[in-house]
Amino acid sequence: MIKVDKITLGVIQAGLQQVCDEMDLSFSRSAFSPVISEANDRSNGIYSAINGSLISQGYNGLPVFVGTMEYSTSEIIRLIKEEKVEKPYPGDIYIVNDPYLGGTHLMDVRFAKPYFRNNKICFWLSNTGHWPDIGGSVPGGFSASANSVEQEGLRLPPVKLFKKGILDKEIYSIICSNIRISEQRIGDVKAQEAALLVGEERLNHLFNKFGDKLIHNSIEELRKSGSNQMKSFINQIPNGIYKSKAYVDSDGIKNVPLEINLEVKKQKDKLIFDLSKSSLPCIGPMNSVFATTKSSIYLAMRHIFPEVAINGGAFEPLEIRRPSGTFLDAVYPRPVSGCAAEVSQRIAEAVFLAFVNVLKHRITAAPAGTSGNFALGGFNDLKDGNFVMYQLSGGGYGGNSLNDGISNGCSTIGISKAPPVEIMEQKFPVLYNHYSIHDKSSGAGEFRGGFGLDYEIEILCKEATASFVMDHGRFGPPGVLGGTDGGKNKVKIKRKNKKDYVPEHLSKEQDLRLKKGDKVQIQTPGGGGFGNPKKRKKHLIINDILEEKLSRKDALKIYGKKII
Amino acid sequence: MVQIKDNLVGIDVGGTFTDLICFDSKSKSYNFTKVFTSAKNQSQGVLNAIDKASINLKKQDLIIHGTTTTTNALLERKISKTALITTKGFRDVLELGRRTRPFPYGLIADFKPLIPRNLRFEVEERIDFQGNVLKKLNESELLKILKKIKELNCDSIVIHFLHSYANSYHEVKAKNLILKNWPNKYITAGHEILSESREFERGVTASINASVQPILENYIYDLQQRLRSNGYKKELLVMNGNGGTVSSKIVSKEAAKTVMSGPASGVIAATYVSKLSKVKNIITYDMGGTSTDVSLVVNNKPAVSSETEIEYSMPVHVPMVDVRTIGAGGGSIAKINEAGLLEVGPESSGSDPGPICYGNGGKNPTISDANFLLGRLNPKSLNIKENDKIKEDTELILKNKISVKLKLNNYQSAEAILKIANNKMANAIRMVSISVGEDPREFSLFSFGGAGPMHACELARELDIPKVFIPARPGLTNALGCLVADLRQDFTQTLNTSLEETNIKNLHSILEKFRSDGVSLIKKQKVEIEKFYIEFSLDMQFLGQTHIIKIPLKDAKPSKNFINKEFENVYFKRFKVKLEKILPVIVNINVSVIGKRKELDLKKLINFTKSEKISYRKVYFNGKWHKTPTYLRENLFPKFKKTGPAIIEQLDTTIVIHPKDNFFVDDFGNIIIEIYND
Repeated sequence: MIKVDKITLGVIQAGLQQVCDEMDLSFSRSAFSPVISEANDRSNGIYSAINGSLISQGYNGLPVFVGTMEYSTSEIIRLIKEEKVEKPYPGDIYIVNDPYLGGTHLMDVRFAKPYFRNNKICFWLSNTGHWPDIGGSVPGGFSASANSVEQEGLRLPPVKLFKKGILDKEIYSIICSNIRISEQRIGDVKAQEAALLVGEERLNHLFNKFGDKLIHNSIEELRKSGSNQMKSFINQIPNGIYKSKAYVDSDGIKNVPLEINLEVKKQKDKLIFDLSKSSLPCIGPMNSVFATTKSSIYLAMRHIFPEVAINGGAFEPLEIRRPSGTFLDAVYPRPVSGCAAEVSQRIAEAVFLAFVNVLKHRITAAPAGTSGNFALGGFNDLKDGNFVMYQLSGGGYGGNSLNDGISNGCSTIGISKAPPVEIMEQKFPVLYNHYSIHDKSSGAGEFRGGFGLDYEIEILCKEATASFVMDHGRFGPPGVLGGTDGGKNKVKIKRKNKKDYVPEHLSKEQDLRLKKGDKVQIQTPGGGGFGNPKKRKKHLIINDILEEKLSRKDALKIYGKKII
Repeated sequence: MVQIKDNLVGIDVGGTFTDLICFDSKSKSYNFTKVFTSAKNQSQGVLNAIDKASINLKKQDLIIHGTTTTTNALLERKISKTALITTKGFRDVLELGRRTRPFPYGLIADFKPLIPRNLRFEVEERIDFQGNVLKKLNESELLKILKKIKELNCDSIVIHFLHSYANSYHEVKAKNLILKNWPNKYITAGHEILSESREFERGVTASINASVQPILENYIYDLQQRLRSNGYKKELLVMNGNGGTVSSKIVSKEAAKTVMSGPASGVIAATYVSKLSKVKNIITYDMGGTSTDVSLVVNNKPAVSSETEIEYSMPVHVPMVDVRTIGAGGGSIAKINEAGLLEVGPESSGSDPGPICYGNGGKNPTISDANFLLGRLNPKSLNIKENDKIKEDTELILKNKISVKLKLNNYQSAEAILKIANNKMANAIRMVSISVGEDPREFSLFSFGGAGPMHACELARELDIPKVFIPARPGLTNALGCLVADLRQDFTQTLNTSLEETNIKNLHSILEKFRSDGVSLIKKQKVEIEKFYIEFSLDMQFLGQTHIIKIPLKDAKPSKNFINKEFENVYFKRFKVKLEKILPVIVNINVSVIGKRKELDLKKLINFTKSEKISYRKVYFNGKWHKTPTYLRENLFPKFKKTGPAIIEQLDTTIVIHPKDNFFVDDFGNIIIEIYND
């Protein structure tokens, strides 16, 4: 093999990245659904034709997809080889959302397109987009108490939605008959297809510029250099065994916490992740498929080392043992709708906690780590139509070695913005009574955690049904190095002439019936504190008191400083 | 009335330099100067420039001024003490933002809201999204709050109520009440600056306005005093971020609109100059010391955006020329990363110590150092004394930090640095253009700024751009922008109803009101207007979407049928899909009123002088040294033609033309380079 010079290598690496970034941009720009166009709940990438390993992925893709699409592509390749899935032709696009074949939850729909050169499959181009609905018992799909995947929605094995460039109307009509608000989906399907076409065109351009041989050699070199880059970073971690635990409140059906038990062995240039001592599979939807479990570890490592280029090589030094028999390796028909949004964040938290002692300048105390999903649906008599509303919310980030955590940051696995109150009130029959800082939710420390969010909405239509899929209701996000835990997630229903209602599972509940005038208050977790609170600088304490984020009494109690 | 036969002065204040261009109506000639910016009070630099150019202020008829006073105040957070009064339950909106983080990866972040929590107050009142009053404004509570704000010695106040775009009644009422009990006029009501839904964005925009208003007002007052005491009696116009100008008398009312006006004036000049040369589509490329500004001009119209973000979580949603900043400039640092690959930026050596070749103790190899070693950057322009010593230093550092690791010689690795940097800029420029749906290959690269013309040829080659356009005065483009900018007023009002339910008469009357408001505002400013241009448009979406798309209208009286058809067309053109079953919604109504000034004769921007003498210097291209002719810009008359390699020197920049690229000088003195592509 000819060795590629380092400069060309850098240019080709940027070129491949650019192809994916342009796919991301194209997808977001033309998608119909706000989940994709505004919240960027999507990702695009290029994968090896041989084993599906990641060649490049868009920088602004949703973090939790960083490892799932590689997994998913490799499953498609396997199934084609085993002749369980139809053989690909140029112009074909497969659609798949089966969680057990390298997915997340059913709403994340993957498209995969073979990229041909000289009549041979050269790469796979693939993307994932979060569809606003995929059928199932709960509008929007975030069930808190499904007990099998069938209840969660329509499950698609890899099938060709586009055959030689033409949309298969029959398959499409089956899909549309099984999902809600289906008339809008064509906008997203077209956008998802268009992104793959953009990828194809840009790859052609790259090949024409550099030639096939140089590109293929470079990809191999880049895989090696990605691996070396990750190795040089993980070598900042001393050899040894690192342990941590994180807890999911409950599975939504049985009210006991689920334990993520992580043991990482640092050995030579490798990190070996062992989750085998984690809880058994659960009845409710908080199981995680292995693809999501793996991806959660990848994204956590990338949060720690954001400089690492994303390609399959970067993941090579991370050996993740398959945690068979635990809730982190769900098999059919275990329900999984909570894995991508919630369990993934607990896994990432476990990774952060395992390494924070040795990577103090790179890791924060635990962030809120929940997507804070509150779904409300029903018939809106004010507008004479059905509605499905989601309020996703952020929480406090953990304090870190440089500063306090930010308040109301986005979930660890997401990058999406929350909609403004004014837009929510325009679109849905709700009135917000407040939208403010979750008082006292910040974990104390030398650098404290950020604050969670505290909001209350009032129902304006006659009737509605609410569901909640959140976490950290039982334990707050852990503080580190002497810092205290962040405030817990709280859900409260206030009804006229009745006692306030708190869900039994604290952060999870499904199909709660609400009436006009009922109020729902949500308080999201604050970030954990970093370092010993007694070391907190006085001017920071004074400022918190001035800003009414800390009482004088608490300043004395927590920080041991009397401020007059 | 000021007419084009009058004498005009354009003065632009940038980060390092204050630039001045003066047009003399008698001789139709130009006078230029460049002085250091006086950071503390920019008006000193302005006066210095006027002095240095020996301008008699008594004889000037119009001064047009671009200032970074408000931008700097914001970025350095040296803003006025501002209090916020908002709807009960919502004072933390400014701090909570839209639940984001600065980067997709990495959770270590820092964010300080513009107004700290102790200066954010809540008053009882509530209006719903349709404009119905749910809770009356509690006036006695408001007065109590005002008393507290006074005790805290605030300079200005923002009133920001939920849904004020739908009904401004409470904001107006509160403002009137405060006006009676407040010592100054620095009160910003949210709906006045932006009548659009999204409480975080509107709230921040209004807060920006309030917190820079006193600063801008003081600055303009001070500048006017100084100009007046030097004999200037006429109108002073100030550049806005939308690329238009407004009278100094009203500029501070909407101070937020002056933010980011610096890059806008460059784009305005580029638009003007390229239009004269009959070039329609350009990508403006302004490369400076720490960053590069890029924008798109399609059909001689700069792209305007109402969704600018000044920095992380600081949106300013008023119409502004859509200028995107790329983190690469002459000072960007080159290094070998952990993967063993060469990387350039985002770290920058800044202005202190700056690149090694500046001789101020820089210790990291930068883009400028690479240009210096390859003979592209003229050492004379650096004003350094110990030339040889600095060259030695640069060579040594580059060798140790880069060349040894790449197993290359210093010249090869300097060229590699430029290649990686150009590649990075090219990729970023592609993203900018395709994000607005344009293909860069259909554009010319309009290159200016101190470092732009050094990189333009290679960058264009990377982007498959066929032509590079270098204006007569690349380093003074922003000041020229001031000189040629039109007067402009923008208006936006949220409507938020489906097309079906829209009261079309109401829509027409809003369009018409904005038109006449804009025209009369511009007429009040004492500047001659050749013609008014009005741009009417609607922001629309399908029911259920949150992103909007702009639908241009022909006039102020569109029919529903017309709107529907236009929306369908524009939507299909962009997204290639028809969604017939879903309702179209009108989100916002927009009107821009542009008062066009008379055209300026730019032919004398360069004072051409004859000289047959050509010098040569050694410049490194494509792996070897080339004996390269070096010209002075003023010696290159219109119609001059040549094939690269060539270096063209002028006071404000160095132009590098690569081997095989053809170039010529057009009638206006602009240099057009045709990029060779094999």
